[in-house]
Amino acid sequence: MNSSVIIFPGSNCDRDMDVALNKFGFKNKMVWHNDQSIPRSDLIVLPGGFSYGDYLRCGSIASKSKIIRSVIDFANSGGLVLGICNGFQILTETGLLPGILQQNKYLDFICKNVFVKVKDKKNKYFNNIKKDILELHIAHNEGNFFCTEEELKTLEDNNQIAVTYCNSEGLENEDNNPNGAINNIAGIFNKNKNVLGMMPHPERMIDKYLSGEDGSLFFENLLGNLK
Amino acid sequence: MKIKVIVTLKNGVLDPQGKAIQQTLNGMSFSNVEEIRQGKYFEVSLNENNETKAKAQVEEMCKKLLANLVIEDYKII
Repeated sequence: MNSSVIIFPGSNCDRDMDVALNKFGFKNKMVWHNDQSIPRSDLIVLPGGFSYGDYLRCGSIASKSKIIRSVIDFANSGGLVLGICNGFQILTETGLLPGILQQNKYLDFICKNVFVKVKDKKNKYFNNIKKDILELHIAHNEGNFFCTEEELKTLEDNNQIAVTYCNSEGLENEDNNPNGAINNIAGIFNKNKNVLGMMPHPERMIDKYLSGEDGSLFFENLLGNLK
Repeated sequence: MKIKVIVTLKNGVLDPQGKAIQQTLNGMSFSNVEEIRQGKYFEVSLNENNETKAKAQVEEMCKKLLANLVIEDYKII
């Protein structure tokens, strides 16, 4: 299975993603943002980081880069596009996903492990994962998901909410919401569920000796679906 | 009373963010954009009915906090 990770100036989770994808059997290629086209891929990943120094709004400049036209075409033709952290911010700025990631409610940069609840399993990202609650890592300053009431209703009606912040028992409330995101939302899909944006980093949880293994479940499942 | 303030970088001070936005606009077919300078806009609501007094107070705020006069200019509008 082939994957491509897009690198923008300021991306800093691209190598981690490359390591994770290769570890679970993807043949991954790194693609520079200024390239015209993307190699044949089953999965495109927009990695975490601080593309263009977060100038103007996080992800806004990257969302107008040369390669993005190909990413949008790929997504619109049903291809799997995964945006992690800054990648999620870029996806909202391209319009592939609704809403925006605002500055964290308490104005702090958050870097810690969190639990998220998988809200939908009828998709290629989470369908065969046995666990309902995953321990993943977050590291962001702008992860406070916000959207209009109509957009939120659409997300709920179409089961487009992918993961929400919770505690180890799955309780989703204010105390377990690290950044003030509306309804504890940590990640969402587009309508067809081929595009996923989420703040937590599965690529940081792929080794039991370094961190944890819930990210492994994510990549194993993804690969299983693409075989 | 609401007083509005714009804080901008002084002429000649490098604005990398403005430059990145300009280049992005150029790449989006707005090829005639020659320069972008990014600034900050504040709305200061005060419990004060005298406009002259309010503006004088906001000017103090600009000098003491809202702007760094080494690199920035402020304009009360």
